[in-house]
Amino acid sequence: METENLARALAEHPFCKDMRPDDIEFLSGCAKNARFAEGEFLAREGDAADTLLLLRKGNVALEVHVPGRGDRQLETVGPGEVLGWSALFPPHTWHLDLRALTPCLVFAIDGVCLRKKVEGDHSFGYLVTRLLLMRVHARLERARLAQLDLLAAENS
Amino acid sequence: MSVAAQLAMLPRSMRVRRFIRENHDTFTLELDPGEPFVFRPGQFNMLHVPGVGESAISISGDAAKPEVLVHTIREVGDVTRHLGRLRPGDELGVRGPFGVGWPVERALGQDLVIVAGGIGLAPLRPVLYYALKHTRVIRNVFLAYGARSPKDMLFAKDLKRFQRRGLNVAATVDRWGEGWTGRIGVVTKLLENMPYEPRSTIAMVCGPEVMIRFTARVLEQVGMQSSDIWVTLERNMKCGVGTCGHCQLGSVLLCRDGPVVPYPKAAPLLNVREL
Amino acid sequence: MLATLRAALERRSRARVHTLAEQVERQSYLLPRARLDDLIQLLIARGYRVQGPTLRDGAIVLGPLRSDRDLPIGFTDEQRAGHYRVVPRQDVAVFGYVVGPHSFKAELLRPAQTLFRAKREAKRVRFIAEAVDDSPLCLFGARACDLAAIEVQDGVLRDSQHPDAFYAARRAASCIVAVGCTQSAPTCFCASMGTGPAPTRGYDLALTELIGDAGHRFVVAVGTRLGADLVGELGLALVPADDADLARAALRDTRRNMRKSLETTGLQEMLAAAANHPHWDDVAARCLACTNCTQVCPTCFCVGVEDRVSLDGSETERVRHWDSCFSAEYSKLHGGAVRASVRARYRQWLTHKLSTWFDQFGRSGCVGCGRCITFCPAAIDLTEEVQALRAPVSARTRARGDSSNGN
Repeated sequence: METENLARALAEHPFCKDMRPDDIEFLSGCAKNARFAEGEFLAREGDAADTLLLLRKGNVALEVHVPGRGDRQLETVGPGEVLGWSALFPPHTWHLDLRALTPCLVFAIDGVCLRKKVEGDHSFGYLVTRLLLMRVHARLERARLAQLDLLAAENS
Repeated sequence: MSVAAQLAMLPRSMRVRRFIRENHDTFTLELDPGEPFVFRPGQFNMLHVPGVGESAISISGDAAKPEVLVHTIREVGDVTRHLGRLRPGDELGVRGPFGVGWPVERALGQDLVIVAGGIGLAPLRPVLYYALKHTRVIRNVFLAYGARSPKDMLFAKDLKRFQRRGLNVAATVDRWGEGWTGRIGVVTKLLENMPYEPRSTIAMVCGPEVMIRFTARVLEQVGMQSSDIWVTLERNMKCGVGTCGHCQLGSVLLCRDGPVVPYPKAAPLLNVREL
Repeated sequence: MLATLRAALERRSRARVHTLAEQVERQSYLLPRARLDDLIQLLIARGYRVQGPTLRDGAIVLGPLRSDRDLPIGFTDEQRAGHYRVVPRQDVAVFGYVVGPHSFKAELLRPAQTLFRAKREAKRVRFIAEAVDDSPLCLFGARACDLAAIEVQDGVLRDSQHPDAFYAARRAASCIVAVGCTQSAPTCFCASMGTGPAPTRGYDLALTELIGDAGHRFVVAVGTRLGADLVGELGLALVPADDADLARAALRDTRRNMRKSLETTGLQEMLAAAANHPHWDDVAARCLACTNCTQVCPTCFCVGVEDRVSLDGSETERVRHWDSCFSAEYSKLHGGAVRASVRARYRQWLTHKLSTWFDQFGRSGCVGCGRCITFCPAAIDLTEEVQALRAPVSARTRARGDSSNGN
């Protein structure tokens, strides 16, 4: 009963937009809901990355702590975002701090469970990897755009 | 005959009515045009500081208020720095309006997505004024605005007012800065979660050329037709009337055929280096 | 006011659409060599400043004509890529040469033109219009390619949404005495551009020089009422049929003997698709970006502007001057040149001339006069560059040319 509701809710998330119902059902076997209060960390750099997070509600800051300069926010993300790709790839550790800027509701997909399904069913595994790769690509595009610093004053 | 034909090249003298400091390197000049100054959102003027030179500056005011001529200017070169020293009562030269503006009428009955990077918000502010007056006939208006950092934000008060009056305003900064609690990330990120209907949306994009390319890619990815995307292009402008050659970008004379061009026309030009 | 001006100019250009062939058939006149000076004196008497070919510093350049003796009588020019010499002829032909480093562009689009003056009095600024120069001017000895070039510049500067007042005034005040070319240089390719060697329109009078047993004389075609007026005042007789035939034959021979050509079929599209052709690197390795080609080109119209300021800063003169797409400054944007490489600048010039000019102004920007070939210190010949660009690019070379687009 509860898994069925979870699958239906999962289907609403943009990450699952291009999945077939049985894929979503399969994925929901690893998923549970999780909540974070404002200011709470969803993850900390160096911790084991054992969950893939599908953000449903709330805003999250991706941060790096710079000694002497404090916590530097690199990007903020909102509903629909997917965080924690490291859950799928070794060494399975978080490389950034994730801080809830507002109360957050997420689907937490268990990393071990997901890896088992991905390895055991390569067609499902390909689907998940492809969807993640598209996310990574979009993030990479944004990182490139940010790196170009196009809005800086020109020297003329 | 000669004087009439010279009008395009002869500046009109206009008095500065108000000087508004927008941020550390950007300011707004409100000029008294004498007689009503009629323009289309997206058009530009050549502003002349005698002895220093002339610069192409887009009009950032409300086309429905032709009794005041408004330009928002970033200090990046000699002419713009001198424009920044003008104060109420000072006079300068104005030629224009020149160029093709935004196709604002196309937004009627559609969603309107406005994407601005940095000073690129200035030539789009007339579109926002237009949208405010047409909220009943434009389905939804979304503004995605990216500034480099919080201290570079433009028109903060206006944006709040636009939001209150029904436009969907989203702002982001590339870099965090003191006191900022809003979004961090490049402007294209804002487009991912906006609930516009890609098949019946008109997008207007202004900012650095590379930002325009990245933005158009995102808009196309979510299903927008390339022909529904309008962008501004920038080249060296000297005459404003298509006779000096400087603003050529391949087949296009930007001061005459632009600066606003449909993306299908712009895309092949943006892909050739050093064109 | 503008509409009236434009209508008047259109009427004027329509009135000139008659081919030389028609004119020769119908109303051509005979001007004996001995009376050539009468034509010049008549023009001067009518108030025209007559500008035409003169010999100066070893070149045939445009200068003031006070009499026919100012013309380079008995001289001709040797031209090939990167080479120009004036040498004596065996005869006393008056127009026995082709075009030199000057073109009439300098008379209509002045190399430097004050646009306006600004006067500052405390906080106030006053802008003062500069008077246009509409004093009568005669362009004497314009060749068919020169007429075509004037037509090209009319399209850019006069017949645009915002006509250039200075150009339009000088243009409207000009009388054109053209000359049909009875010889061509190895650099000439007007025949392939459809512009010459016979003047077909755009002149008031057109002369074709004949030298032979029947004497030294000119067949004069009339293009406008002004031309007819001049012929009438000189009291010229209609041309005998034999001479009309000879003039036609001379122009036909020039066309037949012209060896250089530019293949224009599909050229606009070919160049539009050739932005990444590896041959641009080849030209760039030879091109000095000296701007000579743009300065001698009779259609190049690019101008820059500068403010000339009095010492106390109270008076400013805004001056427009010829510019060139070969300079780095030309494409400056936010402190850097968009066309930083010579490759990009040569590509801009050639592509504009032969391809994007169609997009911008509805016709070719090249008239086939060959000046850019002769006066290129590196002997770059655009007709040969076009041939090289037409060569198909192998898949591998194209990939190399495009390699910058990868991720």
